[in-house]
Amino acid sequence: MKKIVLGLFAAVVLTGAVQAETVFVTLEKDNALAVVDPIAGKLIKTVEIGQRPRGIAISPDNKFLYVAVSDDNTIKIIDAETLKEAGKLPSGEDPETFALNPAGDRLYVSNEDDSLVTVIDIKHKKAVKQIKVGVEPEGITVSPDNLWVASASETTNMVHWIDTKTNAIVENTLVDPRPRALGFTADSQQLWVTSEMAGTLMILDVKTKQIIKTIKFDVQGVTRDKIQPVGVVIDKDRKRGYVALGPANRVAVINAQTFEVEKYLLVGQRVWNLAFSPDQKRLYTTNGASNDISLIDLETQTVTKSVGVGTYPWGVAVKP
Amino acid sequence: MRSINLSLRITIGFLFIIHLLSVGVVYAEAKQTISIAYLTQDRKAPPPLSNLDAFIKDKGVPGVQLAIDDNNTTGQFTGQQFVLKKFIVPLDGNVADTFNKGIGDQYPYIIVNLPAELTNKIADLPAAKQKLLFDVATIDDVLRNEQCRSNVLHLLPNRAMRADALAQYMMKKRWNKWFLVIGATEEDRLFADALRRAAKRFGMKIVEEKTWEHTYDARRTAQSDVAVFTQVDDYDVLVVADEQGQFGEYLEYRTWNARPVIGTQGLVATAWHRTHEQWGAVQIQNRFKEQAGRWMEEQDYAAYLAVRVIGEAANRTKSNDINLLKDYMLSDAFALQGYKGNPLSFRPWDGQLRQPVLLAAPRSLVAVAPIEGFLHPKTELDTLGYDQPESTCKWSK
Repeated sequence: MKKIVLGLFAAVVLTGAVQAETVFVTLEKDNALAVVDPIAGKLIKTVEIGQRPRGIAISPDNKFLYVAVSDDNTIKIIDAETLKEAGKLPSGEDPETFALNPAGDRLYVSNEDDSLVTVIDIKHKKAVKQIKVGVEPEGITVSPDNLWVASASETTNMVHWIDTKTNAIVENTLVDPRPRALGFTADSQQLWVTSEMAGTLMILDVKTKQIIKTIKFDVQGVTRDKIQPVGVVIDKDRKRGYVALGPANRVAVINAQTFEVEKYLLVGQRVWNLAFSPDQKRLYTTNGASNDISLIDLETQTVTKSVGVGTYPWGVAVKP
Repeated sequence: MRSINLSLRITIGFLFIIHLLSVGVVYAEAKQTISIAYLTQDRKAPPPLSNLDAFIKDKGVPGVQLAIDDNNTTGQFTGQQFVLKKFIVPLDGNVADTFNKGIGDQYPYIIVNLPAELTNKIADLPAAKQKLLFDVATIDDVLRNEQCRSNVLHLLPNRAMRADALAQYMMKKRWNKWFLVIGATEEDRLFADALRRAAKRFGMKIVEEKTWEHTYDARRTAQSDVAVFTQVDDYDVLVVADEQGQFGEYLEYRTWNARPVIGTQGLVATAWHRTHEQWGAVQIQNRFKEQAGRWMEEQDYAAYLAVRVIGEAANRTKSNDINLLKDYMLSDAFALQGYKGNPLSFRPWDGQLRQPVLLAAPRSLVAVAPIEGFLHPKTELDTLGYDQPESTCKWSK
């Protein structure tokens, strides 16, 4: 451990490149937000945020955090510096997951119990449209080129392709059972979708909206039903993608060119959501059952630290 | 071909184009319809054990309703429409008549919520031969074995699956010595058979076995009878078979020796329970409660699943053809999400839905079977109930 710390210290001193960054983690059961200094591996503080916080995102200018406080039926706007509440957005009932568009002026929320996606104009704090989607919508994301919102409904087993100009569904792709999370590649050409129930990752081609590859995860010594893929992120060069495998307690490392699974990294228990550091040299994971986050060094592909944060860490966002 | 003159060729070409256009229009307009019937008969309210639980008259109905809505939410994206018609036969009515007259040729898929003997009576009707029945009520092992029918799929775990789930848990807890207490009804005897089979399968020992013949009156039973009744040689756990709940609730805390109660009371094995929240279950619990105004019961869950099975098969095959859908349902490709972790599928040898069984106390979910460590070469779910080599079901396909 000393060696690692010294090594890190040396790296900081020598390159001067590692900026202090802040990791924000929603704590579902503590009704709070944990603020972590990941480089020091320290929990800085915990602030109360509202009932049952889950989804979290940071604005493109890094000034505001958006936090879905599910049991308060709202998405709170939090000043990322002072951590004081700066406003509320009309999210609809029981918001859990949502996505920001690249410009940071639109927010798309999944309303799971009502089979709806709510489109919010952030500047005017107004819901501008509700789109009917399949049963139990969960994962939602916006393509980096801002053409598509992709919404996954868990019981309908579909990805709905919403045109951002018209806010209407133009196509649907049937996928493996219980799709959970999805993420576009930086070039907006592929959509990666995880299926909790089938234990798979599906790669969809954005042009044809068809599945071009299905990867089935298989971890030695872990039973099939424990492999429940959830969060997925892909690096900006499309070299590697990472999938959180839930109660399998692993993050899968996938070669984004060949679609081979290169490695399974052991992290905390019931790993749920993932976020890159701004320079994409590190990956942070929320581990729901072990009440901590794991820090993965992506250059060495190793788990270097875990930091206890509080009860049921759910979502994660990073501020440079 | 050469002899056909130009004008004729043009005419043929023109007709061909017209044909293409008309086909295109028809496909765009017509939604594919999947017609589902729900068949049940009113049941007499049993004598109440206490005033705590009101008799629920419509078990199953809100389940099919919720699932039809779910199917149609998906259907709007697949161009499929799911139609449900409910046939509720009064107490003194004739179910077979209703089937023959009302369901007729119109409904290929029928959700059947009837007692065991009526279920098979309906399945054996000539009008039912080309249909697919979804049994959402029976838990009888014999309907999955000697008396199985090739046109019936079973949604609820049968008694053997429940007994095996309990046995796995008791084995894990090392409650190896069982005191088996059996009620007076035929159903109780059937569940006791399943428990004996489970004890043998998992190497457990039934050290004492007694039939409850005492009064069902709470005031007398609770105070004296149970203590006397349970003065037997040492055992680890009291396993009770009392499906109607006539006396089982009185056993806990009143046994001569301090022992846990498991079976139909105490820790119970069930397809669904209100304490279940994992794997998205909390979402369907909420959606159901909002619609029905009460908790989801086992039959509601089974009825929900039955309609979802049809929906899933129709979505994936893009068809409403009964043979195509049935083949798909019984194939390895079929995987239904049922809010219990593992994907659900059917055992092709007896039409039983493979599924985890919940082990629940009144206010807490204790475990989900198959219990970790019970292994199977194909799927751990087949450690519960009748596996292929044990099955005596011979479907005449």
